[in-house]
Amino acid sequence: MELITNAFEIFTKYYPSFILGAKFTLIIAFSGTIIGLFIGLFIGGIRAIKVESTDSFVARLFKKFIYILTEIYIAVFRGTPMMVQAMFIYYALKPVFNWEPIVAGIFIVSINTGAYMSEIIRSGIQSVDKGQSEAARSLGMSSMQTMMLVVLPQAIKNSFPSIGNEFIVNIKDSSVLNVIAVTELYFQTSSIAGSIFKFEETFFVSALIYLVLTYTTSIILRFIEKRMNNTKTSYPSSQTIDYVVNLETETL
Amino acid sequence: MPLIKIENLHKKFGNLEVLKGINFDINKGSVVCLIGSSGSGKSTMLRCINQLETFDSGDILFNDKSIVDKNANINKYRSKVGMVFQSFNLFNNMTVLKNCTLAQVKVLNRSNEEAKEKALFFLKKVGLLNFANANASTLSGGQKQRVAIARALCMDPEVLLFDEPTSSLDPEMVQEVLSVMKSLANDGLTMIVVTHEMGFAQEVANHVVFMDKGIIVEEGHPDELFNNPKNSRTKEFLNHM
Ligand SMILES: Nc1ncnc2c1ncn2[C@@H]1O[C@H](COP(=O)(O)OP(=O)(O)OP(=O)(O)O)[C@@H](O)[C@H]1O
Ligand SMILES: [Mg+2]
Repeated sequence: MELITNAFEIFTKYYPSFILGAKFTLIIAFSGTIIGLFIGLFIGGIRAIKVESTDSFVARLFKKFIYILTEIYIAVFRGTPMMVQAMFIYYALKPVFNWEPIVAGIFIVSINTGAYMSEIIRSGIQSVDKGQSEAARSLGMSSMQTMMLVVLPQAIKNSFPSIGNEFIVNIKDSSVLNVIAVTELYFQTSSIAGSIFKFEETFFVSALIYLVLTYTTSIILRFIEKRMNNTKTSYPSSQTIDYVVNLETETL
Repeated sequence: MPLIKIENLHKKFGNLEVLKGINFDINKGSVVCLIGSSGSGKSTMLRCINQLETFDSGDILFNDKSIVDKNANINKYRSKVGMVFQSFNLFNNMTVLKNCTLAQVKVLNRSNEEAKEKALFFLKKVGLLNFANANASTLSGGQKQRVAIARALCMDPEVLLFDEPTSSLDPEMVQEVLSVMKSLANDGLTMIVVTHEMGFAQEVANHVVFMDKGIIVEEGHPDELFNNPKNSRTKEFLNHM
């Protein structure tokens, strides 16, 4: 009981710092996830390109080389802690970019997420049956058109739950960026806790804020997912031709 | 001059030789049915014709030009050679109408209006005008296959290839697809149909080709081939149907 009243006191006194921290956490998690998604679409798309029997020797070699590069990228960023990545990248590139911690933070979360997204997108691409690509090709669409217009939209839709999950993971894992002094929620919390020597209560507040952020996000994601899957399952069986034409004029 | 001329076509998958020298002409306006037991190479041959599969040697001429010529535009060629698959392969995330307009707009550079008009015309032809705005994934198998046919027709193909178009349909839906195909044949569309529907072959085809183990064993007019097969393997196959 005392924990809760103390925590409440701390929150009322320091809420601007908590809110500011939460704001940074959300900004980093959101932009990191979106940029990571684009990296994933790019890398995942590249990894889905197959060596074809018509390819020349050089083309085969090139495809193989690119594939190995993506393989290394994914292995490195999935196989090392983000905290270590943050320290290394921040200090290694500081002389080059002379960057703010927040910018470095978004950069690090983005490429880290990109590695996970690449695999999510690749399996999303594989979940779209090959027949649809063949049908697109048989109509004369190029492999690029087929990927962009037929395969990727469905791959994204199929892997939306995993993509959303990355966002939630990023809300939590962006806390490791405190090691490069990004003023996100964890960093703010430990500053407050350190200045008033009340660790238990302060981190209790912090935990609740994280929980609110992740839980709200998961509800929003579920809502979006439902909307996406809510395709027309029924249709009028006695439309007139006029009706069809009118309805489609805007949507085409 | 035949529309498509297949010359000494060879194709291997690894060590397995699937096509062992196919020679075969398809004339404009003819309906060719391709029959043969499982694994005889029917699908592979069809897929070679529109280059979903490459071949090892031989040639395929379309309007007297090799389709594997360095200067040939493969996408343009494919848009003239429609394909209807056993498993329909509609674009699941799109409406029926969008399935029919997408390639028209992207490949033939038609305007949206023009593409839509064409699509509605052919959806009417296959009896699915009312379903234009339905999502493709919500249709029954027979409806999906009719949409797939309409989608192919929208490209104004010079020939339509069918690979067992009714094999994955429930029996009660087979007829709706076959009757669409019959009406296309009556309109004079050139078609190559891999099928196990001997009734359809007998009634609609002008030419039947029997394939076995990668070669054409016998071909001829359906009346001749079905009632009076010359080769013993053809006889055996037909007796087992
Ligand atoms: N992509 C592939 N890789 C390896 N082998 C293949 C491939 N496609 C087909 N084959 C093999 O080639 C042979 C001929 O296959 P094909 O699909 O052309 O036969 P089909 O006459 O269409 O038979 P079905 O009536 O069963 O459809 C089969 O033995 C098959 O296993
Ligand atoms: Mg087959």
